[in-house]
Amino acid sequence: MTDQTSLQYTAEHEWILIDGETATVGITAYAADKLGDVVYVDLPKAGAVVSGGSVVGEIESTKSVGELFAPVDGTILEANADVDADPSLVNSDPFGAGWLIKVTYTALPTLLSFDEYTALIAE
Amino acid sequence: MTDQTDRFSPLHQIHVDGGASFTDFAGWQMPVSYGSDLAEHHAVRTTAGIFDISHMAEILVDGPDSAAFLDFALAGRLSAIGIAQAKYSLLLNDAGGIVDDLVVYRLADDAFFVVANAGNRFPVAEALVERAGGFDVTVADVSDEYSLIAVQGPASRAIAEATAGIDEVGVPLDELKYYWSTDATFEGQPLLIGRTGYTGEDGFEFYIQTDAAAALWAALSAAGEAFGLVPAGLASRDTLRLEAGMPLYGHELGVDTFPVQAGLGRVVNLKKEGDFVGRAAVEAGPADGARVLVGLTTEGRRAGRAGYPVVTEPDPSTGSGDPVVVGEITSGALSPTLGHPIAMAYVDPAVLEAGTPLFIDVRGTRIAASATNLPFYKRDAK
Repeated sequence: MTDQTSLQYTAEHEWILIDGETATVGITAYAADKLGDVVYVDLPKAGAVVSGGSVVGEIESTKSVGELFAPVDGTILEANADVDADPSLVNSDPFGAGWLIKVTYTALPTLLSFDEYTALIAE
Repeated sequence: MTDQTDRFSPLHQIHVDGGASFTDFAGWQMPVSYGSDLAEHHAVRTTAGIFDISHMAEILVDGPDSAAFLDFALAGRLSAIGIAQAKYSLLLNDAGGIVDDLVVYRLADDAFFVVANAGNRFPVAEALVERAGGFDVTVADVSDEYSLIAVQGPASRAIAEATAGIDEVGVPLDELKYYWSTDATFEGQPLLIGRTGYTGEDGFEFYIQTDAAAALWAALSAAGEAFGLVPAGLASRDTLRLEAGMPLYGHELGVDTFPVQAGLGRVVNLKKEGDFVGRAAVEAGPADGARVLVGLTTEGRRAGRAGYPVVTEPDPSTGSGDPVVVGEITSGALSPTLGHPIAMAYVDPAVLEAGTPLFIDVRGTRIAASATNLPFYKRDAK
């Protein structure tokens, strides 16, 4: 289980793990709960160039559709094939096996800390 | 977002303790799921689920003219149903539009219990009061006095029979027919049990005074443990009713919809004597070419959702031009039982008749769709 305090967050309920030049991105447990059981994900392909804030994928539950935003500028290094095969990983382990994309980033925006994000969802 | 106008079910604390997440439904904070809506859906199809639907509205119609009054106020012939029988009906406006869809139980020769959607509580109560002029009836909105719990699924009868505190059941539940009800008691308080539901499975709905609802939920849940009963929320209720082809007010039904468009022409009894509200408009019918409700199935896993356009290919005679919008989805989801996307949609009847290939525009991607009769799912006949 990933230490959630070590992650950074966006107001769109994504988490970002920075490791060198790679940002691993997923959605938070809060977002997964709000969506309900995830049944389909549409993730960008490796090599796709993305810009921070743009929609790069979709996360569908039985009852609604969520958009996946690229939180950073960069190039998609990898999309999680395991989640493609078993979307329920987003619900069962959103901060671990349910990660969605890895991005080789060129620019990092200001992100939320764990405390800031926790305060945001408590509102 | 929670605000001071939110209403809470008498079972709210039970849902909080059960780990439910909540959603606003017609001003009520109701459980949307208790963890996994898919697991709840499958439980109802294979064992049983228990739903809190206390937000539904109940209106009591009482008095010597009750049957004649409801024959005038509603689209069906309520005078024809037996005591303890239930009937699905519609409340129409003068223009033939659907104000609400209802289930009506006949409690006695001269008393009926009208169950309306939560969001239509006041329009229905007001319409009934207004239409009662000239009839010897009283119309009372008793929504706050009653709570409603549904147990649905193949194990529901065994669970109800095993529930401690349910006594004095007038008609044994194994003899109770679909869309009939029976009186009973729960811990000495009056209980109405209907063999009704909104999931496509066998099931029962329990009408209980609000102050006894929590105890009844606990008793049903305790009895259900051995049968695999799980609490189920509105998310699974929606996918279950969609598979069963049952309309949801605000999606498939509305004041701009004629019953016949929604496939509910049979619910309007044009043969009954005397006038009823909406009769002239229904007899005149909707405009030629008015869209009709149809089921759509697609392959893959991307579901069409409410509001998505139904389109044809570009004009086949020229092979060019933009796809023509011929309909709109009203409800859609990846069917948990069937494993492929299903949707209900209003579509131009001419393209259905011609068998024109249809597509759903899923956020810019056209996905081939097959029109099909409803329901998508039907349980095995016993």
